[in-house]
Amino acid sequence: MPKPVIVVDNVSMKFNLSKEKVDSLKEYVIKLLKRELKYTEFWALKNISFTLEKGDRLAILGLNGAGKSTLLKVIAGVFKPTEGSVTRRGKIAPLIELGSGFDKQYTGAENIYLYGSVLGLSKGFIRSKFDEIVEFSGLREFIDVPLKNYSSGMKSRLGFSVATLVEPDILILDEVLAVGDAKFKKKSESKIINMFDSGISVLFVSHNIKQVQRICNKAILLENGEIIANGEVAEVAKLYVEKTGEQIDFDE
Amino acid sequence: MVLNKYLVGFKKYSFLLSELTKKGIKLRYRRSYLGIVWTLLDPLFTMLVLTLVFGTILGRSDPTFPLYILSGRLIYNSFSQGTRTAMKSIRGNSGMIKKVYVPKYFYPLSSVLYNYIIFLISLMILAGTMFVLKVYPTFYLIQIIVPLVLLLLLTFGVGLILACITVFFKDIEYLWDVALMLIMYTSAIFYHVDQLKGSRIYNVFYCNPLYAIIRLFRSAVYGVPMEPVWLIIASVAAVGSVLAGLAIFYWKQDEFILHI
Repeated sequence: MPKPVIVVDNVSMKFNLSKEKVDSLKEYVIKLLKRELKYTEFWALKNISFTLEKGDRLAILGLNGAGKSTLLKVIAGVFKPTEGSVTRRGKIAPLIELGSGFDKQYTGAENIYLYGSVLGLSKGFIRSKFDEIVEFSGLREFIDVPLKNYSSGMKSRLGFSVATLVEPDILILDEVLAVGDAKFKKKSESKIINMFDSGISVLFVSHNIKQVQRICNKAILLENGEIIANGEVAEVAKLYVEKTGEQIDFDE
Repeated sequence: MVLNKYLVGFKKYSFLLSELTKKGIKLRYRRSYLGIVWTLLDPLFTMLVLTLVFGTILGRSDPTFPLYILSGRLIYNSFSQGTRTAMKSIRGNSGMIKKVYVPKYFYPLSSVLYNYIIFLISLMILAGTMFVLKVYPTFYLIQIIVPLVLLLLLTFGVGLILACITVFFKDIEYLWDVALMLIMYTSAIFYHVDQLKGSRIYNVFYCNPLYAIIRLFRSAVYGVPMEPVWLIIASVAAVGSVLAGLAIFYWKQDEFILHI
């Protein structure tokens, strides 16, 4: 029995919400003097526990504000949980839309290396995958063009190509398969399904329930930061559809 | 344990550090025809202007005065550029930090490193000026390594602290600009300090570690031994700032994400 790739153990995440965001010293001092610095505690996640086995594709479902993205960020290591712990085994690749944090003045090619380095990969490894990435993205002619001249579809194609071709063990997809044209959407979905054979694990957040059912085998349903259902994707998805009402049935 | 974890992380992400450093240098000179030449022309022009202004007005007879100005100005500039960029580095890379785990201290570190590399390149102009003014290198030039290392440490330490504070208080940038101005005027870049010796004002220089570094740097350039008092001030400030910076950064880094 192989060890699970992700163990989320009793994770809770607390945020201190202030009524207004105070991010300057001036405001801080004024508010302090006027005694207006009040914070309200908000638990975005409460006692979340689950494990992800190698090869599992887990969908995280829930309405807006249920804590899906927070959970993904805790798993990716961006947030440190207030309580509990997350254990990860293997290479995690969160799929990021290039452009949101990447350098706009950098060309596509330079951004491939930059993205790879952000994922903690070595130069040699990225170089060996470079042609494959460019090929898959279909951006050969634009690869030496600065990113600022890319359309958002092109950016997500490039981002997707890097994240999937670096052979991650765990792929994190947050609402990303909704971008790009229909052709690339299809191509990327089949790419992910192909990767299942190599035993990749996927964490997937989407409101597109049909896509979730095609890609995932397991699902959890979050409500107000708590897991209210955990199991096979068909059952959980059914529950989710009941919760959201009819609109979602005709999605896509 | 903690240290070991960081060493493993450092090794794993070392390519990221070199990528970020390279990016800083590349982007600064992209789209500028003179490219890296600017690095040399900028201090050269400043030196000429300052010599013209302060040399002529104050009626300096010292023929090596341009070198005196240049050495001070190069060190000060490296410090101010490095700390300024490091200060903005966490906020500036919020897009990335919000999405994927990266060792966050890499952003201030790479900012300091790329500015430092540009500074090292600009030292060529110092060599040229020494040659023109016939201040030939002596055995004491080897000492230059000391202020150079201390400068890197001080910039990194102060940069770390500023990057941290800036996450929580954006307007610290303006305060730092004021502080930098104060540091500049108390660093004796374009005036001699000898006439102030003995007066109470002279104590200001003991409080300015950047001046101590400039002083050590000038000793090496002019070929005289370093004075221990400045060496002590500079070393204590440099090492102390790095330790304080790392401590503050380590203590606060998990909260960054909630504020950027």
